[in-house]
Amino acid sequence: MELKRILEKYPKRQDCLIDVLLDVQNTKSTRHLTEVELARVSEHLGLPESHVFSVVSFYSFFSMTPRGKHILQVCRDVPCYLNDTFNVHETLESMLGIKTGDTTEDGLFTLEYSSCLGCCDQAPVMRVNDTVYGNLTPDKLRAIISECRSDDDA
Amino acid sequence: MMREHKLITARIGKINPESIDDYLKHDGYTMLEKALSMRRIEIHDHFEASRLRGRGGAGFPVAVKLMALAKESRTPKYVVCNADEGEPGNFKDRYLMENNPHQIIEGMLIAAYATVATEGYIYIRGEYANAMRIMQKALDDARERGFLGKNILNKRFSFDIEIRSGAGSYVCGEEFALLESIEGKAGRTRVKPPFPTSVGLFGQPTLINNVETLATFPSIIDMGGKAYAEIGTETSTGTKLISLSGNIKHKGVFEVPFGMSMRDIIEKLGGGVPGGHKIKMIQLGGACGPIIPEYMLDMVIDFERFEEFESKTGAGAIIVIDDRFDVFDILRRISAFFEHESCGKCTPCREGNLHMLKTVEKFVNYNATDKDLNALESLARVMHQTSLCGLGQTAPTAVISTLHYFRFAYLNRIEESNIEEAV
Repeated sequence: MELKRILEKYPKRQDCLIDVLLDVQNTKSTRHLTEVELARVSEHLGLPESHVFSVVSFYSFFSMTPRGKHILQVCRDVPCYLNDTFNVHETLESMLGIKTGDTTEDGLFTLEYSSCLGCCDQAPVMRVNDTVYGNLTPDKLRAIISECRSDDDA
Repeated sequence: MMREHKLITARIGKINPESIDDYLKHDGYTMLEKALSMRRIEIHDHFEASRLRGRGGAGFPVAVKLMALAKESRTPKYVVCNADEGEPGNFKDRYLMENNPHQIIEGMLIAAYATVATEGYIYIRGEYANAMRIMQKALDDARERGFLGKNILNKRFSFDIEIRSGAGSYVCGEEFALLESIEGKAGRTRVKPPFPTSVGLFGQPTLINNVETLATFPSIIDMGGKAYAEIGTETSTGTKLISLSGNIKHKGVFEVPFGMSMRDIIEKLGGGVPGGHKIKMIQLGGACGPIIPEYMLDMVIDFERFEEFESKTGAGAIIVIDDRFDVFDILRRISAFFEHESCGKCTPCREGNLHMLKTVEKFVNYNATDKDLNALESLARVMHQTSLCGLGQTAPTAVISTLHYFRFAYLNRIEESNIEEAV
């Protein structure tokens, strides 16, 4: 149902592929794509499935494994590293009880590394889905995580 | 010369970026109007006289690209704005998009008119959700007011712009990888020539310029090319946005005329290093740029000076690194970045970055020998000389520069490693 509605928004043009895939993935709480969905997208745009798969496997935004509702992406490049006084990664790992790359059992959080988020003036920085949080401190991390949790209760 | 020279950032802070009325109140879109009243060849003369060079990193002369596209008779022709700012340490394009989106659109319109292009794309990296939202609103507002679409300002000039989102791939900032990505493919570069101005997007003639470059176009129409060329130095005209980050008091984007020294930028504009620490080194341009020691800070911002490092570092990042940090720790992060971001199409980049990371890690872990030093040196050269695109060619720049300027650090680390070399 949902998938059909998304596909209909886009013209049947190959150059819409990435936007379609992002749209499909972002509307799902598991933030991942399935083989069935790739097949439907390829059918709609008139592209070989192998092409759609090559695009999905190339770009780091796409995932074929289910992820958390809130994806925490922590920048690990030099400008953030230089300003990271408390180790954002390890702090998040211990707060969430998972390793980087994993998803919490309740399906709420996935912790990932990210390349530079282009907000080096606010380093250290992380992104939660589409929102960037800068000048991180341990207190801020706690606040962000509890906000995500309460969002979910609402 | 210790202050900013606000030319393309002059409106920032004075306008609400989400209000087209604010932009119009501050003479927005009047340079489009002026350009539309000029003959195309006049516009080209201004760009030639300005000696403007691309601000995305490679520093290619803008007038040459514009003329190359103008001369193409195949239609449709495209103008593409490269907003895939993924180079660590750079955030000036995001700053422009979030704070002055209409000026970028106005620049694209001037480019389109001068080259008789009819369709435009802005390729924005997926990480920039906020910039994408602001640019989309600006496009919608501009279309509603008749600055985009058919018969713009009642002239025989039609042009429209669409946004395309990236999906987390650094290499898509490379022009051909970017075009591939707009076409809905994996972002792997093409062999050149042909260059995009003859065979670009969808196989058609395409102008592709960086956000900052396009945002400069209205200023050139405003001042005239000759007056613009009087700003800056003999070899690098105009102003440059500098993204200042790292161990520095005032991080941010600063617009300075070419010819300002890095020491002035860091100390006068950036307020120096906090916490009583001293500068140990800086990285110029981003992850793909050279790392140079403190004693070279009197070097001025200039394309020709940067080219001495065999790297193209015109994107204008300065990452300040203080004396608490180890050069190999920094190099490991840079190498890990490139190892992750290589598209895998050509061997020197795909395999080279992997081995570069492994070798740098030996130095990080006090596990290195003379052999590793030699291997690193030759690997870096091969990658620089034989990679297909700018990513692989510039990935070893940080290593090459430190092999030169921090050689003692390598030699000391080998000595401290205390490993028996196999005979």
